[in-house]
Amino acid sequence: MATVKIPPVLRPRTGGEAEVSADGETVGAVLGALADAHPETREQLFGDDGSLNRYVNVYLNDEDVRVLEGLETAVGGSDTVVILPAMAGGR
Amino acid sequence: MPVEMVDLDEARRELAEGVKLIDVREQNEWDEVHIEAAELVPQDELVARIDEIAPDTSERLLLHCRTDNRSANMAARLAELGYDNVGVVEGGIVAWENAGLPTKSDSGLTKAQRMRYSRHTLLSEVGVEGQLKLLNSKVLLLGAGGLGAPTALYLAAAGVGTIGIVDDDVVDESNLQRQVIHNTERVGIAKTTSARMTIEALNPDVEVIEHNTRLDSSNILELIEPYDVIVDGADNFPTRYLLNDASVRLRKPVISASILGFDGQISTFVPYEGPCYRCLYPVPPPPELAPSCGANGVLGVMAGVMGLLQANEVIKLVAGIGEPLVGRLLLYESLGTAFTELKVKRDPECPICGEHAPEIDESELGKFPDYELFCGAAAREETPAVV
Repeated sequence: MATVKIPPVLRPRTGGEAEVSADGETVGAVLGALADAHPETREQLFGDDGSLNRYVNVYLNDEDVRVLEGLETAVGGSDTVVILPAMAGGR
Repeated sequence: MPVEMVDLDEARRELAEGVKLIDVREQNEWDEVHIEAAELVPQDELVARIDEIAPDTSERLLLHCRTDNRSANMAARLAELGYDNVGVVEGGIVAWENAGLPTKSDSGLTKAQRMRYSRHTLLSEVGVEGQLKLLNSKVLLLGAGGLGAPTALYLAAAGVGTIGIVDDDVVDESNLQRQVIHNTERVGIAKTTSARMTIEALNPDVEVIEHNTRLDSSNILELIEPYDVIVDGADNFPTRYLLNDASVRLRKPVISASILGFDGQISTFVPYEGPCYRCLYPVPPPPELAPSCGANGVLGVMAGVMGLLQANEVIKLVAGIGEPLVGRLLLYESLGTAFTELKVKRDPECPICGEHAPEIDESELGKFPDYELFCGAAAREETPAVV
């Protein structure tokens, strides 16, 4: 089971959980498992065509999956998947 | 054998007779201020060099340092080597200066500045040289809010010579939980003015330039051009993308942080040396994923933590020390007191700093080809800032 770190703006959609365990051999499968467990996260993560939304950054440990194999990036049981949307607040 | 302490009057009498005075401090302390008759021999070198300085162990020597701790220790060391006629100037160069006795400085700092910034100049990484860089630097703060307030306070204390502040807002009571540069009496006055008043009271070395306006594509290039470093504490995506595009164009480094609730993130964008904001976030999120602090709340202390991390980045960039957060995004979760560091790479396809980014004609500057496309939606949806 990989650990998925949920950003504050998505936590209302995971019942307040900041970290969720999800099964899957690839980043796409892990995020799919997250979306199965917490269906309200699906529309925020994936576009209609099933690809990752461009405004959502996803990291495997500390590496952006865009520079790895994207959703096909292999995930191990001890890996952490970080979901990170941009934040703008400064005031 | 107890160390012989020599008061200032006695020290001056002996110096007039030609007694050697050895300053056992470090080079950076010497550069800052020294006694003209003294010779610099840092304490780590003294034992090795004493034969050459005083071949005769009975020669009269005076030692001094900043106060008199290091010199007393060294006098004791020399006594072990047989030097039995060594005096220590009581109170060191601090007492010497306080007595109004003449000193020499290679530093370019005034006496008041040497006192004010002594805890900086004592750091070999900063030193007088780094402090002069700070005093000559110009830093622009975007916003005198949750991030900008602590950043401005500490940069002013650190002696950043020119601090520009862009903000078109007035101080509101709801700001005071975190915007520590303002205070209760200033409710209703311009934030730039309130910030200037606090900074001027804190450090007369700092010149504050008030930009009581809102950044837009018509004024941004002119506004940021005179500054060395930009600190982004904006509260909305259109401003963040606009600042990025303009700063890449003018090759200005941007320290970017954002805060929400109990969470913050920060990175340092140095154009063409590392990624830019668009490399990290190619498109802004939809409004429902981009709530403002006003709508969501923010822990005041967390804003302070992130603002001071920004100030820390500014100091490093200006002084040219340490490892700035270039190509790294640092996340801070205050509830868990946890930091996470993520790698950020330059995007070869970045529309602003990528390999194929279009050359923008002079007349097109400030228009930023895809700015409306990327930010128009977010801007239209933006709720009025409750700051």
